Amino acid sequence: MIAIIKYNAGNIKSVQNALDRLGFESVITDDNEIIRKADKVIFPGVGEAGSAMRYLSDKGLDRLIRSLNQPVLGICLGLQLMCSHSEESDAKCLGIFDSQVRMFPLTDKVPHMGWNNLSSVKGELFKGFPLTGNVYFVHSYYAEVSIDTSAVCEYILPFSAAMQKDNFYATQFHPEKSASEGEIILRNFLGL
Amino acid sequence: MLKKRIIPCLDIRDGRTVKGVNFVDIRDAGDPVELAKIYSDRSADELVFLDITATVENRKTLAALVERIAAGINIPFTVGGGISRINDVALLLKAGADKITINSAAVRRPALITEISREFGSQCVVVAIDTNIVNNEWRVFVDGGRTPVDLPTLKWASMAADLGAGEILLTSMQRDGTKDGFSVDITSEVSRLVNIPVIASGGAGTMEHFRDVFISTDCSAALAASIFHYGEIDITELKQYLRKEGIAVRA
Repeated sequence: MIAIIKYNAGNIKSVQNALDRLGFESVITDDNEIIRKADKVIFPGVGEAGSAMRYLSDKGLDRLIRSLNQPVLGICLGLQLMCSHSEESDAKCLGIFDSQVRMFPLTDKVPHMGWNNLSSVKGELFKGFPLTGNVYFVHSYYAEVSIDTSAVCEYILPFSAAMQKDNFYATQFHPEKSASEGEIILRNFLGL
Repeated sequence: MLKKRIIPCLDIRDGRTVKGVNFVDIRDAGDPVELAKIYSDRSADELVFLDITATVENRKTLAALVERIAAGINIPFTVGGGISRINDVALLLKAGADKITINSAAVRRPALITEISREFGSQCVVVAIDTNIVNNEWRVFVDGGRTPVDLPTLKWASMAADLGAGEILLTSMQRDGTKDGFSVDITSEVSRLVNIPVIASGGAGTMEHFRDVFISTDCSAALAASIFHYGEIDITELKQYLRKEGIAVRA
């Protein structure tokens, strides 16, 4: 069973829809036991870092997520919350990845919205991912490139498009909204 | 590099697609989900669905349709038409829409933009602006372009961005349906003025029109309806053309 972590962030259903299309059953839940026992955990989210972290800690989900041993995939805000700190509401985050989350400088349009390509791609998530593939982003904050970065995207500056450390995986882009390229990444995660 | 987006717009009435559709390989041209899949297979970057009936009774039909679209396609989509209350927005986002678009209601009560962006994030608020020239100035129109408002387009675009819009969908009424090309002048002014993405709309007739609006303005995307529905322009071919012209688009 795949657990999709339910919290006060939007558009979680679209992740479940994507898993349905790929033929994988999933449950949207904030139940600690169900999440702990799941084969895989997806930590999605569109929203605001400060209120999301408060919600997670109220539910005990912050400690739970850090303690998981099965493959975990953070998406968008999920990736940012897995970093050490976010400039958004000056939020202390989960500290899984060694990276800071900052707001884009306003030297170009923000949010970074639309399809962009990746570079310095590595790791199991990107097995079979085409060199020229594009994925869908929508975000105003970004995680700095760090030792845990597994794909880089460039908009205004280079930032972490994907990260990985041990059993923790994350993408700043939305694989569930990234057409066939996104499906490659979801399948790779589900096949771990 | 961030790609320029091509966005087909589908008009919806009572949960069905309206306007002529001219695809040879389509079984049910009235089914928005089937059309949406065809567009996404032909590398459309996003889709916009406009409910042209937009009555309260139709809200549930629309939400049910949005659920089916969300289940069926794997690219982002926007839903709009007559949205005036935060409850409308909640219903459509919950059904699976990635973004909603508001028009007249935002002009009548600009705080709506802020309320939606605070509640759901600015990334899901597309402010649609219908504009035309009145006394040598680009002004805002509401009620599907029927009612002029004493509000300069540039001022409204800038206000909308400040209030929390995530994107602006700018439709030139004098070009809409003419196939004479996008209004490059106002699109250029608006996209230079605001620091959020601008979608150019109204007037697309040829592939060159798309090239021109991307070369001459800072717009992030271009939207069209009939030329795609009638098969006059195939999106895959349009993108091949744009790439040849040096414009970054997704394959």
